[in-house]
Amino acid sequence: MSLTLSDISRIANLARLELAPAESVRMLAKLNGFFDIVEKMRAVDTEGVEPLAHPFETIGDLPLRLRADLVSEPDNRMANQRSAPAVESGLFLVPKVIE
Amino acid sequence: MTLSTLELHDLSLVDLASALRQRKVSAIETAQHFLERAKTHDGLGVYLARDEVVTLNQARTADQRLAAGNGGQLEGVPLAHKDIFVTKDFVTTAGSRMLRDYRSPFDATVVANLAREGAVTLGKLSCDEFAMGSANESAAIAAVGHAQPAAVPNPWNAAHIPGGSSGASAVVVAARLAPAATGTDTGGSIRQPASFCGITGIKPSYGRASRYGMVAFASSLDQAGPMARSAQDCALLLSSICGPDLDRDSTSLDLPPEDFSRLLGDSLQGLRIGVPQEFFGDGVAADVRAAVEAALVQFEKLGARRVPISLPRTELSIPVYYIIAPAEASSNLSRFDGVKFGHRAHEYKDLQDMYSKTRAEGFGDEVKRRIMIGAYVLSHGYYDAYYLQAQKIRRMLADDFQEAFKKCDVIAGPVAPTVAWKIGEKSDDPVANYLADIFTLPASLAGLPGMSVPAGFGAHGLPVGLQLIGNYLQEARLLNVAHQFQLATDFHTRKPEGF
Repeated sequence: MSLTLSDISRIANLARLELAPAESVRMLAKLNGFFDIVEKMRAVDTEGVEPLAHPFETIGDLPLRLRADLVSEPDNRMANQRSAPAVESGLFLVPKVIE
Repeated sequence: MTLSTLELHDLSLVDLASALRQRKVSAIETAQHFLERAKTHDGLGVYLARDEVVTLNQARTADQRLAAGNGGQLEGVPLAHKDIFVTKDFVTTAGSRMLRDYRSPFDATVVANLAREGAVTLGKLSCDEFAMGSANESAAIAAVGHAQPAAVPNPWNAAHIPGGSSGASAVVVAARLAPAATGTDTGGSIRQPASFCGITGIKPSYGRASRYGMVAFASSLDQAGPMARSAQDCALLLSSICGPDLDRDSTSLDLPPEDFSRLLGDSLQGLRIGVPQEFFGDGVAADVRAAVEAALVQFEKLGARRVPISLPRTELSIPVYYIIAPAEASSNLSRFDGVKFGHRAHEYKDLQDMYSKTRAEGFGDEVKRRIMIGAYVLSHGYYDAYYLQAQKIRRMLADDFQEAFKKCDVIAGPVAPTVAWKIGEKSDDPVANYLADIFTLPASLAGLPGMSVPAGFGAHGLPVGLQLIGNYLQEARLLNVAHQFQLATDFHTRKPEGF
């Protein structure tokens, strides 16, 4: 399997990454080099095998834990917004999205 | 024990903690000594952030607690943290332009746990950007005393890499700039640099250490762990690092804190060491093979016996890992959008353009590649063939280990196929880097505890590490095996020239 430049442009758009034309060409070569080593994996017979998401599932059932639906964090808005690129009156500023 | 501050950096962490407790040396003197040493060796470029005022304040508090007789297990012991753990008192960059100057409103649980036991923070350590790398060559942030970002050298041979991603963590320990450091291991990032720098490091079972406040790379794999000179030092640190963090990390194990030092003194008589044939193939360099073989002979002298085992899917761990980890990374790194924190592009047309330019400017090449791989394998039409297929083989890999552990107590083999390579040698060849991770990836995918123990020296005067892998939650046993080996060998006590 080989990716094309149009695949690169589609994936870059999904990933919200602007790639200059020369960068796209380099990316294409590197990604194709990478997917060469993935081919072996695709040939493995995995019929009937359940996907493993949490390693401990190997040795038993692992219920996903949920905490109680209670307010447990104090209001830290000031501290949390200190590293934001643009804030005003406690709001995060972004370019206009609705005319 | 008489103690001059001149030899403080040569003390083991356990001895230093004990000297502090007995008030043979103060936490302030200790902190000053290590801060001085850091300055002397700033040429290594290991520190991305230091703040003497913060460090000395912490040391002063430690001295007060020691004077009052209520010091913790690590009271006054200076440590340095990989810059992937967020800290209130130091900037946290994850080695990325994306987080240049970022200051977290809270401390990572691992940092807080160590501080609760009295550890003093010396500063934040360089690493590959977002912990994605095996060479510590890709940090995009200039180190303290440096004008430009630079690769971190191996203290045993400055032309070579220290390994990664926790490369600087291994360097500060090897060069005696700190008695120990924190690291994180997603696919080998504690074990491989520990091996390359001749120190001891352990990655606990997945879920032992809280991931809260660790800048996320691949959440089903990321684990924190200590990097120190010996298994004994690692055991003390690991006991503070681990523990349940149930409200803040949904995959934190609900198990009480453990004393990981409790089995250190046990004999290895009758220990069954599994030796996987796949870890000794043609790709393993002669110097690595010789050191690992000698270590196995040493274990036999200590009463252990070898059991041949097979981990037949070892080679598949490379594609499986390099599908799963980037998939999780592409999802985790979507938070870097230029809105809530971190870098934002200066010029853009609209919101979509702001995202794309912000991320193009903020991320380095390797991070972009992994985001691209991840976005692709998760995208419509490819998810089943790549991501799901990788997760299925992940289960088969984990099952292979359970099969092997029916025949043995621990598994031993090399950490990496070679000693540390030259700086720049693989920096433009990502696949060559990925292939070198072959022996650390299987335990990561299975979520098993693994460690690297100094086992000798190979080409160019560079250290070789022995990898030990245990079954789930067998950290105390692993540390026991490593400690008994270290009682019989002196590789872990050697120090590179000039330090």
